[in-house]
Amino acid sequence: MAVKIDKNLCNGCGSCKESRCMAVCPGNLLYKNEDNQAKIRDKRECWDCAACVKECPRQAIAMYLPAEVGGRGSTLQAQDFGDKIVWKLKKLDGSIEEFNIQNKLLFNSNL
Amino acid sequence: MNNIEIVNLKTDILIIGGGAAGCYAGARIKEEDPKADVLIVDKAHIKRSGCLAAGISAINAYLNPGVTPKDFLDYVKKDSEGLVRDDLVYTLAQGLNKATHWLEKWGLPFLKDEVGNYVAKGKRSVKINGEHIKPIMAKAVEESGVEVLNRVNISNYIVVDDQVRGAFGFSVRENKFYVIQAKAVICATGGAAGIYKPNNPGSARHKMWYSPFNTGAGYAMGIRAGAEMTTFEMRFIALRTKDTISPTGVLAQSFKAKQVNGEGIEYQEEYKKNSTPYRLHATLEENKEGRGPCYLDVTHLSDESNHRLKRAYLNMSPGIVLKWADGEIEPNQSPVEIYGTEPYIVGGHSQSGYWVDSKRRSTIAGLYAAGDVAGGAPKKYVTGAMVEGEIAGLDALDYIRGRDFVDLSNNLINKEFDRVFSPLEKEEGFLPEDLEERLQKVMDEYAGGISTNYRLDEGKLIMARKELRRLKEDLTRAKAEDVHQLMNLHEVIDRVDVARVLVEHLLYRKETRWRCYQERVDYPKKDDENWFKFVNSKYNQELDQIEIIEREHIRLGDLDGSQN
Repeated sequence: MAVKIDKNLCNGCGSCKESRCMAVCPGNLLYKNEDNQAKIRDKRECWDCAACVKECPRQAIAMYLPAEVGGRGSTLQAQDFGDKIVWKLKKLDGSIEEFNIQNKLLFNSNL
Repeated sequence: MNNIEIVNLKTDILIIGGGAAGCYAGARIKEEDPKADVLIVDKAHIKRSGCLAAGISAINAYLNPGVTPKDFLDYVKKDSEGLVRDDLVYTLAQGLNKATHWLEKWGLPFLKDEVGNYVAKGKRSVKINGEHIKPIMAKAVEESGVEVLNRVNISNYIVVDDQVRGAFGFSVRENKFYVIQAKAVICATGGAAGIYKPNNPGSARHKMWYSPFNTGAGYAMGIRAGAEMTTFEMRFIALRTKDTISPTGVLAQSFKAKQVNGEGIEYQEEYKKNSTPYRLHATLEENKEGRGPCYLDVTHLSDESNHRLKRAYLNMSPGIVLKWADGEIEPNQSPVEIYGTEPYIVGGHSQSGYWVDSKRRSTIAGLYAAGDVAGGAPKKYVTGAMVEGEIAGLDALDYIRGRDFVDLSNNLINKEFDRVFSPLEKEEGFLPEDLEERLQKVMDEYAGGISTNYRLDEGKLIMARKELRRLKEDLTRAKAEDVHQLMNLHEVIDRVDVARVLVEHLLYRKETRWRCYQERVDYPKKDDENWFKFVNSKYNQELDQIEIIEREHIRLGDLDGSQN
């Protein structure tokens, strides 16, 4: 499994020591290179958890299926809006299917 | 190694691993006693560490109205050929609903019906939007006052006078060695993936169901310290969607998919049972008899259900959504092929792990185990792991009263420092990934991996034993070029220690108790008369020997804490 990081969008989260994707990757697979951009050490190590995809504040990271298991170029991206996550599935014909999913409760006063 | 800083820390209770068990243990300890110092150490970042990094679409251990803890125990026993630790399953079942309510209180969204009740997925499960479960747990931990140390890989326990007094670890990002003294330690790490050759090759090799970053450290540390381990031979092999290795429960339970063979026939009823191992066994048999491939058939779904099904997968395993898109189909246009995974060692699903009492105390004083590393209680899932963390945490609060830290000898510290860091000094040596692949090849071919349909026999297991002994030697000649690679190397060292214990357990149980998980070609029948008992083991480091211990089945009420 793997993710691709868009060089035009990634800014390495500015001057932070760790970019946000690097902070969360469960495999310790992301780092910042000398151009202050996030990079993956080795795409063979990636689990496909999408933690980095969800964490990126600029939607610079997309996940795709490796060719070995039938990947042909569709991608998934995500954006967190506080109490929901919006996924964008980009299909081979260029169309986009959007998924809008509540992912946390912000007010729990009734519990 | 001169540039490595030694960091000394002290805490009342050290929790190793910030997953479901560790996070809930920490939060509940602080709730009971805000003055207790609690430190969670994780080799990743607790916001997205462990097997819940991608999320989850259901709470799979919850007692829906009318289901009692005893019913839960009866189900787990039935699914596990009767042989489980009744006391452990029962005591965790008692806390499942409370743990579930805590998750909702922390902000996890549960699906509700029109009157506000949880929406059941099955008898013992409810549906959630669980993509964010890990960040929600991490935030609750932070707010509880528990200290967290991320990106530190714990390497071994500190044992003085036969008691666990803390743990050693190293940073996977900086040149730092940690000496963490604690009055009690709760091991709450994950189980082990990557012991066997995985389903997929190349850049998809980590496209597996269990986290590839859960590499058995918690088991390995216990083994090296001489803790008693149980039932490693009950491996867990999941029936999953082929290639993407995504969960199948959502298809079968939430979307009512039929399980059919290549001829379109529902085959499960042709087999003796419909338990978790038997569903895998039946699918393998159908393939073997030329009636494959096997599927979960979702072609009855409406267009609206297609979208809902994809949403459910985005909450836990997004890969399959890409698979449909790359195939240019919707879920209802083709049945989903299913297949078995590589075998995993994981106490949350099967029951390999530390031999613990009902308070989750291991056989070494000062050391507790909870969640995937704790043995004897299969099918505990997220909430069961949480309850075990809570039970361990609350008992640890009692244990630490009146205890103090002890002086550690330099000799003890230096020994572990050298074991951890010496691979960085080597100019020549094996690379971790080469030895990892050798481990996976040996286990696949000689210890019942995918390529042999998971079947085991004595001759091949003895070959595995020999190969693993040699591999352990070769690991002392491995090198690492940076601290990330050093972590990878220790992940292989840990898995070889786990694999050696596993092979001894597989050799010892001379019956077939659990189809596929533990299927002996040379002893094909279940033998309750001689084998309705636990196979345990203890490693003797000085002699490099694994001693097998037989333990009688423990019934409900045999140990305290389970009668009420």
